[in-house]
Amino acid sequence: MTDYSKKLSKTAQSISPSGIRKFFDILDDMDDVTSLTVGQPDFATPWHIREAAIDALSAGKTYYTSNAGLTPLREEISKYVKRRFSLDYGKDEIITTVGGSEAIDLAMRALIDPGDEVIIPVPSFVCYGPIARLAGGVPVYVDLDEKDGFTLTPEKLERAITPKTKLLVLPFPNNPTGSVMRLPELEKIADIIEKKDIFVLSDEIYAELTYKGRHVSIASLDGMRERTIIASGFSKAYAMTGWRLGYTLAPREISVQMLKIHQYAIMCAPTASQYAGIEALCAGDEDIEYMKAEYDRRRLYIVNCLRSAGFECYEPLGAFYVFPNISKYGLDSESFCSRLLYENKVAIVPGTAFGSCGEGFARISYAYSVKHISSAVEKLADFANKIKNERKL
Amino acid sequence: MDILLEMLEKDARLTPEQIAIMTQKDEGDIKAAIDSYESRGVILGYKALVNWDKTEREYISAIIELKVTPQRDRGFEKIAEKIYNYPEVKSLYLMSGAYDFQVILEGKTLREVAQFVASKLAPIDGVISTATHFVLKKYKDNGCVFKVPEKDERINSI
Ligand SMILES: Cc1ncc(COP(=O)(O)O)c(C=O)c1O
Repeated sequence: MTDYSKKLSKTAQSISPSGIRKFFDILDDMDDVTSLTVGQPDFATPWHIREAAIDALSAGKTYYTSNAGLTPLREEISKYVKRRFSLDYGKDEIITTVGGSEAIDLAMRALIDPGDEVIIPVPSFVCYGPIARLAGGVPVYVDLDEKDGFTLTPEKLERAITPKTKLLVLPFPNNPTGSVMRLPELEKIADIIEKKDIFVLSDEIYAELTYKGRHVSIASLDGMRERTIIASGFSKAYAMTGWRLGYTLAPREISVQMLKIHQYAIMCAPTASQYAGIEALCAGDEDIEYMKAEYDRRRLYIVNCLRSAGFECYEPLGAFYVFPNISKYGLDSESFCSRLLYENKVAIVPGTAFGSCGEGFARISYAYSVKHISSAVEKLADFANKIKNERKL
Repeated sequence: MDILLEMLEKDARLTPEQIAIMTQKDEGDIKAAIDSYESRGVILGYKALVNWDKTEREYISAIIELKVTPQRDRGFEKIAEKIYNYPEVKSLYLMSGAYDFQVILEGKTLREVAQFVASKLAPIDGVISTATHFVLKKYKDNGCVFKVPEKDERINSI
């Protein structure tokens, strides 16, 4: 018998599987659950975008593309980020990737040497730490606070920086908190980054889903472009999660390194998806506005429903999540969520799935119809009342 | 408040309270706006979109093209009024092009619809000709595709 634990990569084995998987497995086996857990749009990809991929397949576009992706696609990405976020990237500073996920991986692998520290604000999306470790880096988690609106403060950043710090992950608009960072807050962060000579991986996958004002990319601030890699993609903005299409934006010197990694590990992003991407960028601005307006209404609705039901809930200004504070009910996040699931058949994600500092919170997705949200929140309110009575709160 | 109309056109079951929350307006103002839209005939009604093919009820619809001679003093209005007052007439449009009116009729059977055209529409003063087209299958109506809603296939993910 082979003792796999002796043979398999120590690094791979030391990475713990996503803790939430167990919870999701239970959920998958239950009937009649009203779920508010998904992390992807409920819209189907707009038809004209799907049609572009169908046309590409019909026309026999079934081959690899160049490693960086189709030239027209990169030209359109260049125009799009200029148009919507005032960012200047030439087509050789853009690599199309297999989702924002690969973009994150490329950035980490191109920058990190063994032992380099990567500062990761939490709660946040779960991939940054494991990817940093696979690249030989050392994740340094920084707990964000509700009182700061779950933004990264200059003090917190400064405290986390050591001589070994190479990279800061800036995950805004944030999954799971829905927090965003606006220009004045970013300026303070940018000053420190420049002073300490570190790099930024800005995960802007939710950039289009920013409410009450537009998204500002840290790369658009003075001196930041040369030390920023933006990871973004089509998944959330155009409701294209299954297409696996994203991109990196980075200065040429960094892009050259990332392109080698992409070339050897991936070859190219899916060809039909790239054609769909061109259509999305050329004719999809209205789709974005339509979906965003829809999310925004649901956002206002769910925050209002949760607050009326007695939940403390800070107003999220990005993505499609709310992150209510549930600590007053006296249960830890996991107990709260699993009792809610078993007793009232509503599924939400315990905040601890996004880092231990998510204790006392839960992530609720509003990528659902108003009717669905409304019936789920009603059940959630019943559960909260039950807990309150139980505990004589 | 165009947004109010757009929201109700998409989902007439939204309550004034829900709309008020989603548009950050006062619920009283939303109610007043809806009342005003109703009284001015901007909002004409609220209905369920039913696919009768999925029920036991016998059902057929037809589109009838009418050519007419407009009347000297009241143009098409008088003829239109005669036509739309029949409850069997679901829709009536004045058209540009090769014919004048498009009538959408609903009835229980083919014979009933044919009978209606022959005995009610064709004899109306000013009607020159009729052409009746029966609907074989509806795929989409009022923006709704005729199909069973798909199950939410999204996996649980972080
Ligand atoms: C913050 C964040 N970044 C990146 C991704 C990865 O998205 P994709 O690989 O589909 O582009 C996700 C997906 O949920 C996310 O929430």
